[in-house]
Amino acid sequence: MSEKASSAAASLFDLRTVIAILFAFYGVVLTIMGFVTATPENTAKSGGLNLNLWTGIGMLILAAIFIVWARAKPLGADAPPPGDDDRPPTHH
Amino acid sequence: MLVAATDLRLNTTWIDYVLVAFYFVLVLGIGVLARRSVSSSLDFLLSGRSLPAWVTGLAFISANLGAIELIGMTANGAQYGLPTVHYYWIGAIPAMVFLGIVMMPFYYGSKARSVPEFLQKRFNHTTQRVNAVTFALSSVLIAGVNLFALGLVMEALLGWSLAVAIPVAALVVLSYTFLGGLSAAIYNEVLQFFVILALLIPLTVGGLARVGGWTGLQEKIIAAGNEAELHAWPGTPLTGIDNPFWSVVGIVFGLGFVLSFGYWTTNFAEVQRALSAKDMSAARRTPIIGAYPKALIPLVIVVPGMIAAVLVPALTAAKAGQPSDVTYNNALSLLMNEVLPNGVLGVALAGLLAAFMAGMAANVSSLNTVFTYDIWQDWLHPGKDDRYYLQVGRAVTVIGCLLAIGTAAIAGSYSNLMDYIQSLFSFFNAPLFAIFILGLFWKRMTGTAGWTGLISGTIAAVIIDVLVRTGVLDLSSQAGSFVGASAAFIVGVIVAVIVSMVTQPKPDSELVGLTWSLTSKEDRSHGPDGAATSVLTNPVALGAGVILLTIILYIVV
Repeated sequence: MSEKASSAAASLFDLRTVIAILFAFYGVVLTIMGFVTATPENTAKSGGLNLNLWTGIGMLILAAIFIVWARAKPLGADAPPPGDDDRPPTHH
Repeated sequence: MLVAATDLRLNTTWIDYVLVAFYFVLVLGIGVLARRSVSSSLDFLLSGRSLPAWVTGLAFISANLGAIELIGMTANGAQYGLPTVHYYWIGAIPAMVFLGIVMMPFYYGSKARSVPEFLQKRFNHTTQRVNAVTFALSSVLIAGVNLFALGLVMEALLGWSLAVAIPVAALVVLSYTFLGGLSAAIYNEVLQFFVILALLIPLTVGGLARVGGWTGLQEKIIAAGNEAELHAWPGTPLTGIDNPFWSVVGIVFGLGFVLSFGYWTTNFAEVQRALSAKDMSAARRTPIIGAYPKALIPLVIVVPGMIAAVLVPALTAAKAGQPSDVTYNNALSLLMNEVLPNGVLGVALAGLLAAFMAGMAANVSSLNTVFTYDIWQDWLHPGKDDRYYLQVGRAVTVIGCLLAIGTAAIAGSYSNLMDYIQSLFSFFNAPLFAIFILGLFWKRMTGTAGWTGLISGTIAAVIIDVLVRTGVLDLSSQAGSFVGASAAFIVGVIVAVIVSMVTQPKPDSELVGLTWSLTSKEDRSHGPDGAATSVLTNPVALGAGVILLTIILYIVV
């Protein structure tokens, strides 16, 4: 287990971006469904709440939080240990 | 006078499947992306010890938040009500904090790559090998349980046959763990954590809205004559012990000490998540960060179970002792169908499938590490270069998944999966915890005592299990596994003490950093690289915080 081999994992893509992508997509789909399919019998299932709409909005907020966090503290800025290879994060 | 057959199939539409498919694309994408970061066996098997604490902390909890947990605990919520919270609070939080604050400095500080390797450093090679082999065996068996349970759900919810569902599920887990190793497994566990919450939170909110909020739920449960289910203590419905005092004793000592400390502190599938953290401070914070969601999650697991029991007619009937074609194990999916509209339902289905894969991926990725390092590298084929062991790690992933398909068949032959799991646990974890604690606090304990304690503890648990199964001991399976775990613990300690008296202990110089009394206070707190500057990065402050949170939660409910 050499020291330089482990440096590759330090430049692993940013998981926060992946979480943001997932919940942005889910959030958009559910929010649209919340507006389109909010028939009385659908909302009656959840006691009158428009569950798709509210879940969708919640997911969009979660996605936004992760985007802001990833922007505010990018991976490289999280101080790789000294002597480590200083490659920038490789996510796209 | 059977009621009409309850339809267990989810009312899914194409949009639900689009949401599920998108999730799977990301899961496999993580495997492909993580592959680029794998250039050594340490990258593959321990994520190059590079992950931040929030990632390992959430993976720590997600590896435990498998489908058996999800389905089993909503079932318990439906059957026993609020006392189920003990599994999350007293049955997990103290042990998780103990792992982070007391034990992690020894695990992480010893630079061991696995629990068996730590045992080699503290005891000897025989102890390492005994533990590695039993761990590999139990991992493959438990992966089979996860796989079988996943197949059951896909069969019930989607109409897939077991013969199709089990290999398909195994293939998905195989592809991402094969490509990206532990990093892919851990990253997916973090993603799974959020998707599982996206299942549980809308389900709880929608369910509560249906029954008229928390007060509406209370009224309905009291009306059904089950008021004891609304109080966590003394928890007699859960323990089956009628005397309230002994019921509390059973919860505090049985669940809170032997079972919980044994599971959380020695189970490598969990500990491995902390060992992959980037420094000592992050490793110590891993189980403690995981403890916060663990303390809060019963609010969205136990409560939906309670809602299902009053809202779903077939379950209400079952609970009132009338004939019914559903069991408590169906509570989660029945409530999903009852409450969730299409859209959220697709997200929930993705969350459920995610939970199954989380459990199995944790089994497979920890099996990888133990087999490659402890069995192959240290024992059977030492001295090869690192690329060779990386190849072995990948090969073990494939073989592990194939074996899991086989052990899924064994799991299928047991009528109650939870009993099976509990038995496995009393065989393997309880004796391990015994020698671990003894070895940590008693430097006189010898290497020979390590493995003899392990084996005798396991034998004690197996004997109890056989006695309970054959009816010689008249105990319920739940009580049987608790007695088995206690017996394993006690026998393990007694044998280890006796053997230590007649064998030669290791010299003190070899035990520095491995036993409490020979490790300096500084090394027990942070080590040289521990950067703990604020309250938020201080493991002790974080640990105190979550204990306080748990006490407040107990007072509130």
